[in-house]
Amino acid sequence: MFVYIARRVVYVIPIVLSVALVCFLLVHITPGDPLVAILPADASQELAQQLRVAYGFDRPLPVQFGLWLWRALHGDLGASIATGRPVLAEVLKAVGNTVTLAIAAAAIGFTLGLFFGLIAGYFRDTWVDKVATSIAIAGVSVPHYWLGMVLVIIFSVQLNWLPAVGAGPGGSGSWAWDWEHIKYLVLPAITTSVIPMGIVTRTVRALTGDILSQDFVEALRAKGLQETKVFRHVIKNAAPTALAVMGLQLGYMLGGSILIETVFSWPGSGLLLNSAIFQRDLPLLQGTILVLALFFVFLNLLVDIAQASIDPRIKRS
Amino acid sequence: MTTMTDTALQAAPATKARGYWATVGRRIVRDKVSMACAFILLLIFLAAIFAPYLHLADPYQGSMIRRLRFIGTPNYPLGTDELGRDMLARLIYGGRLSLLIGILPVILAFFIGTGLGVVAGYVGGKLNTAIMRTVDVFYAFPSVLLAIAISGALGAGILNSIVSLTIVFVPQITRVAESVTTGVRNMDYVEAARASGANAFTIMRVHMLGNVLGSIFVYATGLISVSMILAAGLSFLGLGTKPPEPEWGLMLNTLRTAIYVNPWVAALPGAMIFAVSICFNLLSDGMRSAMDIRN
Repeated sequence: MFVYIARRVVYVIPIVLSVALVCFLLVHITPGDPLVAILPADASQELAQQLRVAYGFDRPLPVQFGLWLWRALHGDLGASIATGRPVLAEVLKAVGNTVTLAIAAAAIGFTLGLFFGLIAGYFRDTWVDKVATSIAIAGVSVPHYWLGMVLVIIFSVQLNWLPAVGAGPGGSGSWAWDWEHIKYLVLPAITTSVIPMGIVTRTVRALTGDILSQDFVEALRAKGLQETKVFRHVIKNAAPTALAVMGLQLGYMLGGSILIETVFSWPGSGLLLNSAIFQRDLPLLQGTILVLALFFVFLNLLVDIAQASIDPRIKRS
Repeated sequence: MTTMTDTALQAAPATKARGYWATVGRRIVRDKVSMACAFILLLIFLAAIFAPYLHLADPYQGSMIRRLRFIGTPNYPLGTDELGRDMLARLIYGGRLSLLIGILPVILAFFIGTGLGVVAGYVGGKLNTAIMRTVDVFYAFPSVLLAIAISGALGAGILNSIVSLTIVFVPQITRVAESVTTGVRNMDYVEAARASGANAFTIMRVHMLGNVLGSIFVYATGLISVSMILAAGLSFLGLGTKPPEPEWGLMLNTLRTAIYVNPWVAALPGAMIFAVSICFNLLSDGMRSAMDIRN
């Protein structure tokens, strides 16, 4: 086990470096001068040059990358051009809200997905299976930002039950798990949960079907084991793969929240990314993407380790 | 022994043997869901292509006095948008750009990814490592984040959104292509071709491509659904198409403010994206099970 974890961690290092390189290069494929956003329109050549030196844009690219990486390793992702505040602090504050949203969405999506997937796989080719499969297909095919709008139309505009936008009283910084706040979370969380729900349903359905058609299930039934206990074996065998898929989905929810956060003005990392893009705040854009991608890489690492620790077959291969 | 083979030979071709693809074709034509989806998609495609001949209202012509009419208003069967433009015309014309920016990235990625994946899988060794490790880097980003990051860095525009989505899908298709190719690579017929002196290019083109394209194609059709949602999503954020062009994602964005006045007209463009996306998903599922001829 220890060897496996060590190997897996070592493998992450080049990935992390390449991710950092991609984030760094993103800013340099940008057309136009990165200073455009902060320079006054009538800025003189000298002022532009001064700022270029101040931000280090006058050095060769590899040197810039080295410096940027060195600072990033020390937790310094530069300052936001728009607000002047440190990028890392801004990003971490926003990520907290995205994590809240992702956890709520995961609770809904994974529960439903596991339930639908298990019954669809168990009662394969019956009406139960057809209903569950249809819900899953709809879940993965729906443009979730549109679903968000439709939910707002129904529950905010027409029924007036739930708020349409924002994260509750106190704004972005003061989340609490009480109804005053949670009612702001309901619609975004449901909207975020449909894709993971659909994918988990489809995965678990396929897994359950495969496992049930294996010989050992036949053997369990032949020795007279109760059906509920057979089912327990099915769950045990499906767990490693299901866990991996859910981990990946959690990562997608954290990293891909921009559309939903824009629809609901949810003050998370996605909304931050959105404003960074449109204010051409390149350090903030770079920093947000880096933090989110690293989150994703480490989540994948954790999932792999967790999967290996419950499924001994993985370590051996 | 000889007599047995003779009778077996005589008994065997009672019916005319059908090829693999003919069988797959028959199976898919018999699948009602797939055919219904294909039909709906065909309708949306044809309507978009022949939009100028359908006697529709001008999709660009607005009017301040007939803004946000409801669905079912005479002359405006699907109402009007926030600038008084006919929704039916805009939805049908909107199909042109929406389908283009949704499907083209997958087609481009299909060619690039298949090329990279087949070469990586066949040649193996250092080239495989180089290609597949690069692919791994892109897998370290959630696809929505990657698409938005590249689009955001490149700036708004149709071309940039196509480029960014192609970059998102190339690694995924490459990975699938590489894994199928590796599976086929050591088959006897490839060995035989090599032994008979065929060069690497001929083997890849003649003997391998035909055996791997099917699986890659089905995987790529499944991606169209995601691509449609993402492409419209980029426009929805303001990173794709620019106004006044009719495009479903952008229409959804500009109509967002209208949800308090005329909610169901505001929701229409999203319903179109949903319809196309679900049809491609079901069609891809149908093709996958039609090609899986084990049972």
